[in-house]
Amino acid sequence: MTGLIGAIEANVLPTPGGGDRQAKKRVGQSPWVRRTLIASAFLLAALLLLLPVVVIFVEALGLGLGAYFDAILEPSTLHAVFLTLLTAVVVVPVNIAFGISAAWCITRFEFTGKKLLITVIEIPFSISPIVAGVAYLFLYGSQGLLGPLLAAHDIQIMFSLPAIFLASMFVTSPFVARELIATMQVQGNEYEEAALSLGASGFRTFLLITLPNMKWGLLYGALLCNARVMGEFGAVSVVSGSIRGQTNTLPLQIELLFNDYSAVGAFAAATLLTLLALISLAAKLWLERHR
Amino acid sequence: MSLRNLARLGLTALFLTGLVAGGVRAQAEEVAAVSPSGILNVSYDVGRELFAELNPVFQRQWLEKTGAEVTVDQSHGGTSKQARSILEGLQADVVTFNQVTDVQLLHDKGGLIPADWQAKFPNRSSPFYSLPAFLVRAGNPKNIQDWDDLIRDDVAVIFPNPKTSGNARYTYLAATAYALEKFAGDQALATEFVKKIFARVPVFDAGGRASTTTFVEREMGDVLITFEAEVQGIRKEFGADRFEAVTPSVSLLAEFPVAVVDKVAEKRGSQAVATAYLDFLYSPEAQDIIASHAYRVTDAGVMQRHAANFPEVRLVTAEDVFGGWEKIAAEHFASGGLLDRAFVNQ
Repeated sequence: MTGLIGAIEANVLPTPGGGDRQAKKRVGQSPWVRRTLIASAFLLAALLLLLPVVVIFVEALGLGLGAYFDAILEPSTLHAVFLTLLTAVVVVPVNIAFGISAAWCITRFEFTGKKLLITVIEIPFSISPIVAGVAYLFLYGSQGLLGPLLAAHDIQIMFSLPAIFLASMFVTSPFVARELIATMQVQGNEYEEAALSLGASGFRTFLLITLPNMKWGLLYGALLCNARVMGEFGAVSVVSGSIRGQTNTLPLQIELLFNDYSAVGAFAAATLLTLLALISLAAKLWLERHR
Repeated sequence: MSLRNLARLGLTALFLTGLVAGGVRAQAEEVAAVSPSGILNVSYDVGRELFAELNPVFQRQWLEKTGAEVTVDQSHGGTSKQARSILEGLQADVVTFNQVTDVQLLHDKGGLIPADWQAKFPNRSSPFYSLPAFLVRAGNPKNIQDWDDLIRDDVAVIFPNPKTSGNARYTYLAATAYALEKFAGDQALATEFVKKIFARVPVFDAGGRASTTTFVEREMGDVLITFEAEVQGIRKEFGADRFEAVTPSVSLLAEFPVAVVDKVAEKRGSQAVATAYLDFLYSPEAQDIIASHAYRVTDAGVMQRHAANFPEVRLVTAEDVFGGWEKIAAEHFASGGLLDRAFVNQ
């Protein structure tokens, strides 16, 4: 690590005497200031972002490859990976559907309460996930509002997969909607009006005009949503019950292993979550390059 | 990406969602149908490895005895949160906790277990126990031997915040019990003594795990106070040659209470296997495994075999010294109580 930081410093830090030539220009434009700023940005990024990620891998591999793979192939860790992916597969499409309808509604129609709807959609952004989890508990838990009703019909929502899906959906619902509302507001609805006036049906218009126009926003939102779903801890922690091999997601598994003095196990599981996140990041970069 | 590809992607996602939804429903039905073949043990946060070793032995014994397969699923977490989850519907057949008060909650707040749950299994329904003990750096450079050493000016003490951590509440009570004996029952002098210990703590973390990090990785303090069973775990994880365990002359009995959650077990028809599971924890074979994880057990033969790991200590109980957990909650831990008086200015 120090080697990397050293290299960054060597490349970016100013050489002595080089910075005074353009001193008459504005402060922010002097190369010395610029270089210092860039260097400190790199340094901070390395210290705050890159170093922790490197540490995860170093710690995970601390006892050698054999121990690392033993930790990853532990059945409850494998199940946690499966459950985390399953949650993403369930939650992301639902939030895509929700996001499209919400954005369509908000950007293409005028109605009273529109501002209110936009605010409501953004509630999950401003509420701490743990509050969301507790709210679900008060709603669907045995001693909650709907508890007796659910118990009477023998329906178990809390501490089972539906609870994990619901909590994840709540926390990540604004991602697609927000991305799409921004995209669609910029685009306006001239093309759609043209299509409609030329006799296309509403569905055809949606499929051939609206959807292609929103596709980058949609993919970007879905990607953010996906990353957030896989990493969600607070809300899921409250409603999952943490049953190993059944309702323990990858972030919960990491916490459990860490608390239980299994550093290698915890860091190995963390590398898996990090890899999933890096895949999302790579997909995002690819998207940005191809848009 | 073309529109057609996007549509295909969407359809695939929809298909997968349907598949998953179907799978979930199938799984839910399966769980409902075959529930008695598996039980859920809801447990405290650091017992993962212990029960991972115990459960297969029980499964084998159950198979030999009844010819039926049984699985034991585990959920681990802080026991206050676990109790809360069970009250809200987590389908626990048995609990194996590290706080008596959190098991009691299942009776008080939900009527899920009978009032006399502590009479259902031997030894007040506590198949094993531990005690607050000391972990010092190799060679014990500050020569810390007993509670008296913790108020010395040259000693820095690490344990979590007793306002937030059950672990630290045991430390507080053990130190108070020691001081009450030392000062012949004078509560004011005992509070003064505990206050002096608190003054030696440079940082109060929120929980036991964070304090371990402070002591082991930030290398702060001369002594970490935590359960004896964890002291062993820390030595194993971070190096036995870096730390030594010190057992004080007196400490507080920390019970690890168990109970069958009757309301859940009745509904699932799992009472027989749940009871058998908890009985199994008292069997010599299980007690031997438990003792090898540094918990003290009641089986005399097993304790004798592991005697080297368990130095002599005089244990006092919450009941004998403080009149029970209810009284402790009211007198010590209630807002403005004795803990607050000792913890002032921290």
